[in-house]
Amino acid sequence: MSILIDKNTRVMTQGITGKTGQFHTQMCAAYANGKNCFVAGVNPKKAGEAFEGIPIYGTVADAKKQTGATVSVIYVPPPFAAAAIDEAVEADLDLVICITEGIPVRDMIRTRDRMKGRKTLLLGPNCPGTITPDEIKIGIMPGHIHKKGRIGVVSRSGTLTYEAVGQLTALGLGQSSAVGIGGDPVNGLKHIDVLRLFNDDPETDAVIMIGEIGGSDEEAAAEWVKANMKKPVVGFIAGVTAPPGKRMGHAGAIISGGKGTAQEKLAVMESCGIKVTRNPAEMGKLLKSVL
Amino acid sequence: MNIHEYQGKELFRKFGVPTPRGIPAFSVDEAVKAAETLGGKVWVVKAQIHAGGRGKGGGVKVAKSMAEVKELAGKILGMQLVTHQTGPEGRKVGRLLIEEGADIKKELYVALVVDRVTQRATMMASSEGGMDIEEVAAHTPEKIHRVAIDPKTGLADAQAEDIARKIGVPEGSVAEARDLLKNLVRVFDECDCSLAEVNPLIVTGEGKVVALDAKLNFDSNALFRHPEIVAYRDLDEEDPAEIEASKFDLAYISLHGNIGCMVNGAGLAMATMDTIKLVGGEPANFLDVGGGATKEKVTEAFKIMLKRPGLKAILVNIFGGIMKCDTIANGVVAAAKQVSLSVPLVVRLEGTNVDLGKKILAESGLPIISASDMGDAAAKVVAAAKS
Repeated sequence: MSILIDKNTRVMTQGITGKTGQFHTQMCAAYANGKNCFVAGVNPKKAGEAFEGIPIYGTVADAKKQTGATVSVIYVPPPFAAAAIDEAVEADLDLVICITEGIPVRDMIRTRDRMKGRKTLLLGPNCPGTITPDEIKIGIMPGHIHKKGRIGVVSRSGTLTYEAVGQLTALGLGQSSAVGIGGDPVNGLKHIDVLRLFNDDPETDAVIMIGEIGGSDEEAAAEWVKANMKKPVVGFIAGVTAPPGKRMGHAGAIISGGKGTAQEKLAVMESCGIKVTRNPAEMGKLLKSVL
Repeated sequence: MNIHEYQGKELFRKFGVPTPRGIPAFSVDEAVKAAETLGGKVWVVKAQIHAGGRGKGGGVKVAKSMAEVKELAGKILGMQLVTHQTGPEGRKVGRLLIEEGADIKKELYVALVVDRVTQRATMMASSEGGMDIEEVAAHTPEKIHRVAIDPKTGLADAQAEDIARKIGVPEGSVAEARDLLKNLVRVFDECDCSLAEVNPLIVTGEGKVVALDAKLNFDSNALFRHPEIVAYRDLDEEDPAEIEASKFDLAYISLHGNIGCMVNGAGLAMATMDTIKLVGGEPANFLDVGGGATKEKVTEAFKIMLKRPGLKAILVNIFGGIMKCDTIANGVVAAAKQVSLSVPLVVRLEGTNVDLGKKILAESGLPIISASDMGDAAAKVVAAAKS
């Protein structure tokens, strides 16, 4: 098992005809069972055409009806990406993974409001996606650094996720799933949601949780871990050296009003029984120490 | 993106948020002319910089005669204004706002931010205007009232009136305050603000409700649909290195240390800075070259880092996913040759095409110190910076 996606997941790509969408659809289709998983593309102007043998449909609803795809991955440019999420939600997909970086917060506030009461889960935006090693990869992470195994990884940042995965793989520890939740302030699944899924997954033994400055999602997740988590969790927070008031690349990575500092997050995580390291080069070793 | 108070007030007036009458001035002559145009007997001379705490730093003064306007404008224009937000070096004042004096009966506070928990814009209001709101939040949190804004309907009349009463707006001014608060929500929403703060919001002797200050920040991801706001950008208020970096789509932030860092990905970039600090070094910058860095981008990034006075070493930390290590290696070699690298360079490469990348660096003949992982890289660059 795994969380969110596995080799039987059927995926459509919204934005399959753009440069980014094309490149990553090829990479994902070439990974493990990808060829069977990536079954549709969506582009209203290119319905009836195909990309590398993957049929393109005019709407998400049509792609779902024709192929049975229940998951969508979005590479649509930022001004149109929130509307692409809306369309997938309207079509009642199970999961939407939005890779697009740079969506205005105001658009996401409206999209999240429209999602209330709907069944669709959202991962991202501004995230690397998620992977269940040796089964399926949906997103922009390099597949070859992963190894099938029993460690869950959840992170707000892309390359830092790869860093953690790389360290685990080097220590011989494979991953059940690795999930990038993205660096935007208004997004879908949060640490707490992904931890809940890993907690219920019989094939995950322990979890690495990686956060960064800004907001209080890591604190909320830590409190939940203290009350509910049956498996060991270790953590790292990026941005101990970040100055207040400066946006560190990600729209959500900013210390404002004295809140959201890495020190504060690390302290709360430790008080909730999560082992943390201040050295990102030792995330893998730390996890190994709790097994 | 930040804008000046006088620009924020221009936007306020467009949306029906009342402000005092005021005119921006870029010289002492213009300041005097502005005061004459405004008329009256009392004027406020306000330094325009992108930082809070201007009053405490001596950048906001009341003038009671034309001679005083002239004297104060002369003092404040060109001064190096130091506030709790500028750092000890302060910020040079290049613009003034000359405003009519206000008859302040009550000072209140109102602000809008995006709340990540409710995933909505949230209004925060308090009776404690004119103070440092972070202090109020820390010591008397019950004095801050919050309301989440429904994105479909905006701030409802009843919500606005309720907030106005809670923060002590007198009954006779509640209707006026309601309209102001509703219009402030429109500014925040329609202009894609990430922060809209009015401190203080005042009630005058006549019962008028007026925004005496205006602090607006904008979501940089939404600027593509607001050319009128982009036109407000004041490059004098920004770090020259950050401006240069933004031209090449590099996310760069100047810090106080002496070790330059070039990393792909924001999280890994922060983590790299943290590791340097952990082993006793000080990062000179945050720099995310992004996932699609080209040879040209890498070269520009090197040029920006090398301009920094006192730079002692550079660390390149790349986890190649989409970005291939050979691309980065070629970029580093080209940049190092073009800019005549004057400080030690430590490179850590991992991920896609890593062996090819390492080979390119090794065969370049450049004195590059290669590192096996992130910890090793940080230790080596800190040692190099100290030698």
